[in-house]
Amino acid sequence: MANNYLTTESKKLATWYFTFAAIILGAQLLFGLVAAIQYVMPGFLFEIIDFSIARIIHINALVVWMVFAMIGSVYWLLPDETGIETVGIGLGKLLFWIFAAAIVVVVLVYLLVQVGPADQTTIWFITEGREYIEAPRWADIGIVVVVLGFIYNLYATGMKGNRSGIITVLMADMLAFAGIYLAGMGYTDNISIDQYWWWWVIHLWVEATWEVFVGSIAAYGLITMIGAHRKVVEMWLWIEVAMLFGSGILGIGHHYFWIGTPEYWWEIGALFSALEPLPLVAMFIHVLYDWGKMQGEQEAQGKEVSVISNKPAFTWFVLNAFGNFLGAGIWGFFHTLPQVNLYTHGTQFTSAHGHLAFFGAYATILIGMFYLGVQGSNGIKVMKTTKKSIWATSMIVGGVVGMTVALTVAGYVQVLVSRAQMGATWAGYFDGQAGLWFAQGMDWRLVMGVVTFLGFIVLIADLLSIGKADHHER
Amino acid sequence: MAKKSVWSDNRFWQRSAAWITGFASILLIWLTFDTIPQITMGNDADLQNKVTKRVPGPTVINYKITYEMDAKRMHEIPVIGEKEKFFGRDDWSEQEAGDLLALGKLGSQAKNCMDCHTLLGNGAYYAPDLTKAWLDPAWGPEGSMQAMTGKSTKEEAIAEFLQHPSSYPTHARMMPNLGITEKEAKGLVAFLKHMSSIDTNGFPRNFAKIKGAVHGK
Repeated sequence: MANNYLTTESKKLATWYFTFAAIILGAQLLFGLVAAIQYVMPGFLFEIIDFSIARIIHINALVVWMVFAMIGSVYWLLPDETGIETVGIGLGKLLFWIFAAAIVVVVLVYLLVQVGPADQTTIWFITEGREYIEAPRWADIGIVVVVLGFIYNLYATGMKGNRSGIITVLMADMLAFAGIYLAGMGYTDNISIDQYWWWWVIHLWVEATWEVFVGSIAAYGLITMIGAHRKVVEMWLWIEVAMLFGSGILGIGHHYFWIGTPEYWWEIGALFSALEPLPLVAMFIHVLYDWGKMQGEQEAQGKEVSVISNKPAFTWFVLNAFGNFLGAGIWGFFHTLPQVNLYTHGTQFTSAHGHLAFFGAYATILIGMFYLGVQGSNGIKVMKTTKKSIWATSMIVGGVVGMTVALTVAGYVQVLVSRAQMGATWAGYFDGQAGLWFAQGMDWRLVMGVVTFLGFIVLIADLLSIGKADHHER
Repeated sequence: MAKKSVWSDNRFWQRSAAWITGFASILLIWLTFDTIPQITMGNDADLQNKVTKRVPGPTVINYKITYEMDAKRMHEIPVIGEKEKFFGRDDWSEQEAGDLLALGKLGSQAKNCMDCHTLLGNGAYYAPDLTKAWLDPAWGPEGSMQAMTGKSTKEEAIAEFLQHPSSYPTHARMMPNLGITEKEAKGLVAFLKHMSSIDTNGFPRNFAKIKGAVHGK
């Protein structure tokens, strides 16, 4: 991304974060493909890059690229919202390099060392072996330091400049986001207590603080891209915060059905997680309503042009509104009630939900931020779509939806055969895996994964070239 | 000037968001104070006095564990029965059993078990759930694994398999060799046996109870 049009250091730093995030996204997809191939051809890279290793990199890269893109998004919007250059930008740049270098080391250790002896040195230096947050403890501490530095910059800038509603929400949200990570750093011999705290990180990230972050970014996008009125947008944002945290925090109960925790979590988890889709409906309506309203205002004045100042980015923001509701809301609600979850817990249903939810709720809006970065870096007033951006969007969305449907069908077989009929034993597990629909589901997942990956390549080509296209208004 | 409605007042919604978030957080913290003591490990005295704990102490490895329907709770729960030998002994002390369990729990993390298997249903879906793996008939006297590994007890068969998984392929999808030592394998088996004794509110349902439902087996 060319930086010559950017007038603030904060936005330049944001483009660094976006660039690194896009590279890690590539790694996520690549290792996802390895894992998908292994479902179809179990011998593929056996005892070289086993499924466990491919999957660790697949899901860790997912978390890392999103965190990078989230930090980048904040650095991007800070000057616009506060009206000043970000405080502590030198620190921000230093932390970027430390963070990026640490990630590279962690990934190389995952790939080359893979496992360690059953002692604390493995936990400190190789892997903690806990899904999503496998990063060894030295990296945990590093992440906390880096994020604290980022939060210092956010707070110092927010307090010095104009502290808008969006900035206020982000300040509270990012502090919670960082604080919750501490809950996942400990070690205990007790697997139930282990998973109790582990879910504080995973759940309170993706079903609470990250969702509020998305609400803030969507609010910023509506103001900058279609000129929505700040007062209305920020009022919606506060309502969304109330609904997201009101349902999401206690919605953690749906992870406490079967890990040894008391039965009362059935009721708490069922009630609050059933409410979790509501704010997602609200966000969906909010985006489409504001869009229609602004376009309508324009047309009432007799102007026939679109109100959108960045077509590809806004496309991804609208996809976010829809994907968040569908992936997190609907696919989540599918299996959140304990009566259903007893059979679906730990099956490909979860995987189907995971794919569509992470994509719909987070990947979409962050890709939208990449496009905002390209627009700003190239000094474009109104950015239009290109053939490549349309192809990239269609292929990625089609690919992920295809994977989700394939995994849902596979999950259905698994629930019926492995769980309901065979009672969840080892033999039952493999009988389920041998089901024709399951096997075909895995074939289709791989095909759709390849489509997604090709779409990603087109997306990168578009991000690198769209700024130079000559049909934009400059 | 028209009277301003509270419903379109940003301050009102900001305060509501803060109160709701605060209330939900406090409720979660309060529930945590209730839950953690309930899932803290019991000890050897509990086992001897037949005090039921959701997560029993490590010396549960000295006892036979079964998974039985509880009429009152309407789902299966682990039942801790009479003494049972584990690697030839049924007198593992609290210290010894605790060390063995700690080794196994660490091993389960150091070998990334959770990135193929599920533990308590959480993890990856590439290999069978391990929550009640200790109770799986495949490892029992009527299952195939003892004969396959040439061992005469469940714990020895599992330990042997864990050390040389690719020598005993049970499926095209094999477990890779993870460099698990003999000692670590023992720890992992203790970890699995202990996990099967955790009260998981009936998950997984009907474990090993249904035979003959599919393919006439």
